Amino acid sequence: MARTTISSLFGTSPVKPLQAHMASVQDCISEMVPFFDAVVDKDWVQARKIQTNISKLERDADKLKRQLRLHLPSSLFMPVSRRDLLEILTMQDKIANKAKDVAGLIVGRKMELPNDLGPKFKEFIKRSIDASKQAQDAINELDELVETGFKGKEVAVVQAMIKTLDEIESDTDKIQVQIREEVFKLEKELPPVDVMFLYKAIEWIGDLADLSQRVGSRLELLLAR
Amino acid sequence: MEFGTEFIILACAFGFFMAWGVGANDVANAMGTSIGSKALTVKQAVVVAAIFEFTGAWLAGGQVTTTIRKGIVDPGLLAGTPELLVYGMLASLLAAGIWLLVASRAGWPVSTTHSIVGAIVGFAAVGIGFDAVKWTKVGTIVMSWVISPAIAGIFSYWIFTSVQKFILNTDSPLENAKRYVPVYMFFVGFIIALITLFKGLKHVGLHLTVLQNYSVAAVMGIIVMSLGIFGIRRLKFDPSADREFHFANVEKVFGVLMIATACSMAFAHGSNDVANAVGPLAAVYGIVSSGGNVGQTTGVPNWILLLGGVGIVVGLITYGHKVIATIGKNITELTPSRGFSAELAAATTVVVASGTGIPVSTTHTLVGAVLGVGLARGIAALNMNVVRTIFLSWIVTLPAGALLSIFFFYLLMGIFG
Repeated sequence: MARTTISSLFGTSPVKPLQAHMASVQDCISEMVPFFDAVVDKDWVQARKIQTNISKLERDADKLKRQLRLHLPSSLFMPVSRRDLLEILTMQDKIANKAKDVAGLIVGRKMELPNDLGPKFKEFIKRSIDASKQAQDAINELDELVETGFKGKEVAVVQAMIKTLDEIESDTDKIQVQIREEVFKLEKELPPVDVMFLYKAIEWIGDLADLSQRVGSRLELLLAR
Repeated sequence: MEFGTEFIILACAFGFFMAWGVGANDVANAMGTSIGSKALTVKQAVVVAAIFEFTGAWLAGGQVTTTIRKGIVDPGLLAGTPELLVYGMLASLLAAGIWLLVASRAGWPVSTTHSIVGAIVGFAAVGIGFDAVKWTKVGTIVMSWVISPAIAGIFSYWIFTSVQKFILNTDSPLENAKRYVPVYMFFVGFIIALITLFKGLKHVGLHLTVLQNYSVAAVMGIIVMSLGIFGIRRLKFDPSADREFHFANVEKVFGVLMIATACSMAFAHGSNDVANAVGPLAAVYGIVSSGGNVGQTTGVPNWILLLGGVGIVVGLITYGHKVIATIGKNITELTPSRGFSAELAAATTVVVASGTGIPVSTTHTLVGAVLGVGLARGIAALNMNVVRTIFLSWIVTLPAGALLSIFFFYLLMGIFG
């Protein structure tokens, strides 16, 4: 007689696991800072090491994602829709995936960034990580949202956070445009295949902030219900 | 009456066993939310439950006991054969007791109330005759099983929405919690006392007018409120706890409130569920002591309610504390603000039912109340499978209780008849 009626009435809240997953995603993407330091310094041994670590952290996040999906039975009655919650989870997970892809692409091709662009890339990646950090902060408000029943002041707090997230994302867009312009100026002097993949890398890094922004907009959907 | 003493001894033994079962299993459901939200430790919960289950059973358990005792079976058909009613009541106790033992081993959410009502209806309809059952009364009781969770759900939705409005969704939730929680505490004391008083405490020698009822209830409310203010003053707030979760200190204030609602929940549970154990005992005693008068015109003797209260407490102390501890570990997603809303709604509903003499299931009412808070988007995850199993348990428990009691009815008739 381990479980009685009342105790079996309460399901396990998906909030903490979702936050744990986002924390793990953040751990993964944070590694992009030392990674780009190494890439700009052309220290490929170090870059390879960090890239391996990023892959490992991405797998950790994957495990958490699977755990959460398995533990979210369809009979749960939750203050947020199950679908919205799973979509947030998917978006979060895509951030880590994208980080892994970027690191893999750069290490795989030993991609050398044009010399003057090093600092700009570092700024780009830093701002992208700011975006995911902001998404994480917003996700961390979920327990407060549950506490207030998704009403009142707390909703305004989270909406403000999402607005900031949008601003950060638009910053990354601006940096991305600048980098593209620089690369465009240089592209004729560089090997064409390298340029192709350089654009690819730029696009993917830009996706990091986009995905973070989408975590935020899914969260906004939860508030709007 | 032949075998009169034996009947009473048997009824006392079976009744005490049922009361023990109520204390061992059901109390845990009533107290689980308090422990799950960490408003009380297991030890404190056992003490609170022991005191308030007992007072609830003793002070407010009379009405439902009367219903179980003579509200379901029409004695008119039995004037010549009072012993049939005695066999039936004994059979019902045995049947319900055994069914509960089986069901709780299997982990089914069956209700003591449903088992005993099913058992009494079963023996009366089959053993005596279809017309021996007061079907309108039974209909009312069965309706109440659906209505009581619904009403508790509406109450709790409403209470929790008020908590959101006045406390949680404001600019300074902690200040507002300190200000409004004592008001809620007043209502806890006032409402529970008022309903109990209105239904009369004549059997403990208390006769009050309406005005006196209100005054005494208000005094009770003020006492509870003062204890609450005192309790809140003694709280130590830790601002650093709010960094992780902004409402940690607010919930501490609700923790004080929840001690009061835990008491009222235990009181409500005692007042309604004691009847399941001692109602049939009261019937047997009434018939035997009057020398075979099935009309049972006398009231429920005090000692019978006391025996039930003691049985519940013994069950709680010998076994129930273990169940309570297990539940506490399982309910981790409930904060005191929710627990309080659910408990106050459930306790009020159950005490009203007790006052009206309607046997309801405390557990199912509490489930309804928790779902009400869930509807206000207050609980992170509720498992709706429970609702399905509750419906199933209704469908299974009534026939199971009935069949078992019919079996024991004929068995007892064979032994004594």
